[in-house]
Amino acid sequence: MSGTSAREEILARVREALGQTGGEPRGDEPGDAAGGPCAYRAASGLDEDALVELLVDRLVDYKARVEVVEPDRLAEAIRTRLEGKRFVVPEGLPAAWLDPSLEESKVTDSREARIGVELLDELDAVVTSSAVSIAETGTIVLDGSPDQGRRAISLVPDHHVCVVPVETIVGIVPEGFTRLDATRPLTLISGPSATSDIELERVEGVHGPRTLDVLIVR
Amino acid sequence: MKIALFATCIVDAMYPRVAQATVQILERLGHEVVFPAGQACCGQMHLNSGYFREALPVVENHVRAFEGGFDSGEYDVAVAPSGSCVASVKHQHSMVARWAEERGVRRAGGGSGATLEARANAVGERTYELSQLLTDVLGITDASAQLGSYLPGTITYHPSCHGMRLLRLGDRPLSLLRTVEALDVVALPEAEQCCGFGGTFSVKNADVSSAMLADKVDSICATGASACAGGDVSCLMHIGGGLSREGRTSADGTPVRTVHLAEVLASTREDPLRFDGELALAGGAR
Amino acid sequence: MTAVSLGMPALPPRGFGNISAVEPFPDAAHRELGNAQLRANLAHATHTIRDKRLRVVSELPDWEALRDAGSAIKAEAMSRLPELLAQFEEQFTARGGKVHWARDASEANRIAEELIRATGSQDVVKVKSMATQEIGLNEYLEARGISAFETDLAELIVQLGHDKPSHILVPAIHRNRTEIRDIFLREMPDVDPELTDEPRRLAMAARAHLRKKFLSAKVAISGANFGIAETGTLGVVESEGNGRMCVTLPETLITIMGIEKVLPRAQDLEVFMQLLPRSSTGERMNPYTSLWTGATPGDGPQNVHVILLDNGRTRALADRHGRSALHCIRCSACMNVCPVYERTGGHAYGSTYPGPIGAILSPLLTGVEAEENASLPYASSLCGACFDACPVKINIPEILVYLRGEDVEAKHGRGQAAGPNDGSPRKGSGRRRGLPTQMDVAMGAASWALTSGNRLGLLEKGLPVARALAGRDRKISRLPGLAAGWTQSRDVPAPPPESFRNWWKKRERGAADDHTDSGGTR
Ligand code: SF4
Repeated sequence: MSGTSAREEILARVREALGQTGGEPRGDEPGDAAGGPCAYRAASGLDEDALVELLVDRLVDYKARVEVVEPDRLAEAIRTRLEGKRFVVPEGLPAAWLDPSLEESKVTDSREARIGVELLDELDAVVTSSAVSIAETGTIVLDGSPDQGRRAISLVPDHHVCVVPVETIVGIVPEGFTRLDATRPLTLISGPSATSDIELERVEGVHGPRTLDVLIVR
Repeated sequence: MKIALFATCIVDAMYPRVAQATVQILERLGHEVVFPAGQACCGQMHLNSGYFREALPVVENHVRAFEGGFDSGEYDVAVAPSGSCVASVKHQHSMVARWAEERGVRRAGGGSGATLEARANAVGERTYELSQLLTDVLGITDASAQLGSYLPGTITYHPSCHGMRLLRLGDRPLSLLRTVEALDVVALPEAEQCCGFGGTFSVKNADVSSAMLADKVDSICATGASACAGGDVSCLMHIGGGLSREGRTSADGTPVRTVHLAEVLASTREDPLRFDGELALAGGAR
Repeated sequence: MTAVSLGMPALPPRGFGNISAVEPFPDAAHRELGNAQLRANLAHATHTIRDKRLRVVSELPDWEALRDAGSAIKAEAMSRLPELLAQFEEQFTARGGKVHWARDASEANRIAEELIRATGSQDVVKVKSMATQEIGLNEYLEARGISAFETDLAELIVQLGHDKPSHILVPAIHRNRTEIRDIFLREMPDVDPELTDEPRRLAMAARAHLRKKFLSAKVAISGANFGIAETGTLGVVESEGNGRMCVTLPETLITIMGIEKVLPRAQDLEVFMQLLPRSSTGERMNPYTSLWTGATPGDGPQNVHVILLDNGRTRALADRHGRSALHCIRCSACMNVCPVYERTGGHAYGSTYPGPIGAILSPLLTGVEAEENASLPYASSLCGACFDACPVKINIPEILVYLRGEDVEAKHGRGQAAGPNDGSPRKGSGRRRGLPTQMDVAMGAASWALTSGNRLGLLEKGLPVARALAGRDRKISRLPGLAAGWTQSRDVPAPPPESFRNWWKKRERGAADDHTDSGGTR
């Protein structure tokens, strides 16, 4: 019943609806006003210091925990955040990021060797890298690369430790999308999950990870 | 400059003193005011209520009444003491002309053979709202110095929606009011909230309209001002009618009334506008 | 169900489902206005979001340029819709998804039911979707033994309260915390009986309640904020993570998307992901956005479907004066700034789509002549706040006025003169004819009087009589008929002794005293 007939009919209706008025929107119709050439900003022009400062400011505003760390201190920073916790990592996470002392409490996941959702639910935390971060909006994007893993692993555990390499930070949204491939499974994360559904009072942490820990590596 | 006055139907019939005040201001500045006798109404009540067919002859009449004087050089611009009527002339007249043409309701051509849409646009382009004319065309920046405006008292100002959003009058009316000698202008909380008039909305959806009015009346009274000024008599009649019904009084115990921008600007030291009107309404005449 | 023969110049059929007012707006508004709690909740909510929106919008130096771009992209998408839908289908299919087409609400419901049955599952989790509300999917499934669990907190509150959403962004805005606690205590089997009304505790109760559902669900149903033709990508914009749960954990994902949601290019997201969050929740960015393209091997649902829904959208598209209503990205900014919505709430509009956009979209989807939605275009004072707020610049006031015109025409059975290329949706069935109403008579008479300066001048000769009738207190407090709506809450001033026109004439004639002392008549 969902066969070609509905498809053909809807497409015919659309063509007819447009055909009645010549298809092209008329400039003088409400809302049809042509926007002209894209006049919005394509780039922020901020330097690295400014980008990091802005991103930190935005993330803190979202009640994420943020720290800027030097590369050789990253493993230590991750270790302190995972103390006493069982956690999952994607297969492609650089081995150097994980202190050998964490080996015991670590579970590794990949698309090929997926761990079950029940086990995921029992784990306390997840560590991933990230693809792109947008400073102006405090947005971190995961794109399912091997160092970020399947979407489920960064969703079910309650604590997400997310590493942001400084070279992945851009200023504004258009710069972010330029770097992304829309056909990959993308997750844009701007702070921990939140709701304002009860009298518009913001409550951080509903279904997604209630704690977002961001480590900017610089 | 020669200026045609579009009094608007409601001012003509219910608030003649607003048009008189407009004439006074312009003549005081040395301009010549003309009143095209064929004028009646802009048609926005019909248009906004969906009665396009009934609006069409009203719009045609307006275009006919004003275009001749522009063409013959009898006047250079037209002015109306109403943001919504000017917005209708500027934006809606060509729309209804187009509508009539699309529907084949009437082939409306002028003597010149131009379409009603083109003729309406020509009139609309040269029609100004009062604060627009004073500020943009006549260069008034100081009402006290240039117009002799003087009014002791405290007023607040409600920016009617069509002036604010369709004509983008912005600060113009308030800037003029702030330069009136002896006048204290206090800010209206939630000023940009609609008063709830909305033409036939006020009777078709009387309950919602009344709820909006109640909040506007509260905001006005919270300022302690003895009057609320505005640029659209229809909104002022609605707000004034609410103030009167509720018997609202200002800090000094007198009824809070509404007043048109033109009346405030026309007020002088010699002949000041008095806030002791017969009613808390801007209507009637003394 | 439809019998439209292709190629005929007939209008596309109307949409069905929850897109109709159930009673005239003024009646519904009257009832809702009487609910003091509702009005207080609404005023608080709309003012809070309004202020937040203004703050984050003013941060962007290029906001107006973004609005222009959003509007232009939507207009482009509409004008290229057949091509873009086909491209979307091709891309989505090539990446392992399956595309279905639904002419109307019942066809979409049937397709969804079949897809669910094929999985053997008896229940589904849902992430907030206006389209599924529009087609009444939950009720449809319920009646056939399939339970649909809403997972958005507000939707959960509405569902557990056996209630209807009142706002498209915060659907439970009409409920306060105590009411919500009572609903949870009554409806959640495993809830802590000590639950307080603190929002954090309520949110945690919802988390606990839904956690098992998410982890065990086999099928999820979602809406979509965007569908990208170029890549076949779908996107869901959300806050709580329930959307991520739904589009990630179950094996089967069924998305129901209106055909107008398609965007040409992935790059267009850079515009809409700036416009939408700031306009809707007043945030720089919403907490979570998920984008998926067909099925990704080893990651997320492997059985991925999308149902492309018409249900009156082509009807709206055929109306060139109204079609830009389809540009709507459901941000709800127009609602939050609307003085009418602020006072009546969403239920008064009947339809799934409330507020200013609902007042134009609902009649456009059902056909303007549909009696039940005829009162919606009048539910506005035409203040224009919605147009200013709309991120894609839909000129809602202008469309409202146009639809009023269509309504008046339809009521009078007019429009025969319309030419063959007329895009008006009046043709066809459902045209109403009736006796002239009071409004008709008043408008006709006013039109006669206002069509000439002489006629108006003649009538104005009656002003002194009317003034005398107003009496000594110079005001009129009660009028009959239609005007009674006016005097319900407002006095009318006594008319002046003479019109301006008359005064001017006398002055022109050189009535010297008036001329030299015009102040005397002010
Ligand atoms: S009409 Fe505009 S403002 Fe209203 S919900 Fe749609 S996009 Fe938002």
